[in-house]
Amino acid sequence: MRRRRSPGFPWPLLASTLLLLLLWQLLAMALDSRNLPGPAAVAAVLVAQTASGALPYNLAVTLARVAASFFLALTLGVAIGLALGRWRDLDRFFDPWLILFLNVPALVTIILCYVWFGLGEAAAVLAVTLNKVPLVVVTTREGMRALDPGTLEMARVFRFGPWKTLRHVVLPQLAPFLMTAARTGLSLIWKIVLVVELLGRSSGVGFELNLYFQLFDVAAILAYTVAFVAVVQAIELGLLQPLERRVNRWRR
Amino acid sequence: MSDLAVRVALKRYDAVAEAPAHVALRDLALTVRHGELVCLLGPSGCGKSTLLNIVAGLDERFEGSLSLPRSADDRPPAIGYVFQEPRLLPWRTVRRNVELAMDPARHGAGLVEELLAAAGLAGFAEAYPQRLSLGMTRRVALVRAFAVEPDLLLMDEPFVSLDAPTAQQLRRLLLEIWQRRPTTVLFVTHDLREAIQLGDRILLFSPPPGRVVADIPVAIPRDARDEAAVEAFRRRLIDERPGDFRGL
Repeated sequence: MRRRRSPGFPWPLLASTLLLLLLWQLLAMALDSRNLPGPAAVAAVLVAQTASGALPYNLAVTLARVAASFFLALTLGVAIGLALGRWRDLDRFFDPWLILFLNVPALVTIILCYVWFGLGEAAAVLAVTLNKVPLVVVTTREGMRALDPGTLEMARVFRFGPWKTLRHVVLPQLAPFLMTAARTGLSLIWKIVLVVELLGRSSGVGFELNLYFQLFDVAAILAYTVAFVAVVQAIELGLLQPLERRVNRWRR
Repeated sequence: MSDLAVRVALKRYDAVAEAPAHVALRDLALTVRHGELVCLLGPSGCGKSTLLNIVAGLDERFEGSLSLPRSADDRPPAIGYVFQEPRLLPWRTVRRNVELAMDPARHGAGLVEELLAAAGLAGFAEAYPQRLSLGMTRRVALVRAFAVEPDLLLMDEPFVSLDAPTAQQLRRLLLEIWQRRPTTVLFVTHDLREAIQLGDRILLFSPPPGRVVADIPVAIPRDARDEAAVEAFRRRLIDERPGDFRGL
């Protein structure tokens, strides 16, 4: 259960961010090295890259790949998880497959997708999706196992039918599990998308990071990292948290 | 229009892990006539809930036969079930909890309002169940069961763990709605006073394996069932059958 608090001004967040920036600045001054530029230098690159349009473009490209993989992985994973949770025989049959896919390293999936389907956009999104689906399946199936049999019986006696039961009895109970799947999904997918871009795309944050790594341009690498983390944080605060509050509004 | 007829030759639960196999019901037969309110009385663990689940169609693994009251038109009979716990959906409002059980093709919106008002819930239609007291959630469960205009109403100790005045209020509410919208009712209880107060007949269950050992008509007119009359009837039953009502 989560306490409801009116969102006042986030002083602690501001203070801790400032402290972090200060520490970074002090460390940069102490080391005085090309390998750790201070916040000001990174901010300058950030501004220049934004002005040239390179940063927004690459962020947008990466974000689109994340969104596509996220949507696909969640839809597929939830559908398979519901089926495995609902039909025990199906679950027993496919469980070894699931364990297999859970344990294939992300890098292997990416390489195989590029080898089999070419260095294209579809292969990139597919590789990320395949990495995430098994985790969504496992989380959803876990949620199905935790369903309250009492309300399911109620739905049977009152003849809810499959659609009404899914929408009003099953999915609300799965909500916490689906939120977990979305949260962990987002953080995992971000990271894998970068690897996919690094290995086989010529655009996106992952591609740029690789480029600046070759050039040993640490300021640019940090600029991309900061921008990237800010976007993830914005999605968490602006999308996932309001969604979670909405889903939980019935709790007292 | 027809009766409810149940015959269970054998209902057993198989052994699971440490728990041994267990025969819940044996040679059980009962009939509830159309529009009758029958109380099923027995000690805890005698298989009453098992029987209700069989009648509700939740448990099809038994030897025997089941014939439900037919509906007026030819649709499958509607069953209203008031469980021991209210079993509401906490993420839906009181009104949605009731509406979801209903068939929009059969029931008008007026019925929900009428029943909520009768149960004193008119002001709570948009509240979520977790904000209500236990007594009120049980009212909602009662309203939901009547809202489907059931051909058969099953009630499984629906008023336990309430304080005595609240339970009494709910019994009156049940009788009031039932007299306005008569239907066939099978009411499970372990409380003899409650059975006398509510039932047209009392079917007495044996200790497990459960079967019906006595069929007792409650020969008091409904409008004369005050506390004294119920108590007198109870005394007489206990005197007549000292062994059967031990612990009830």
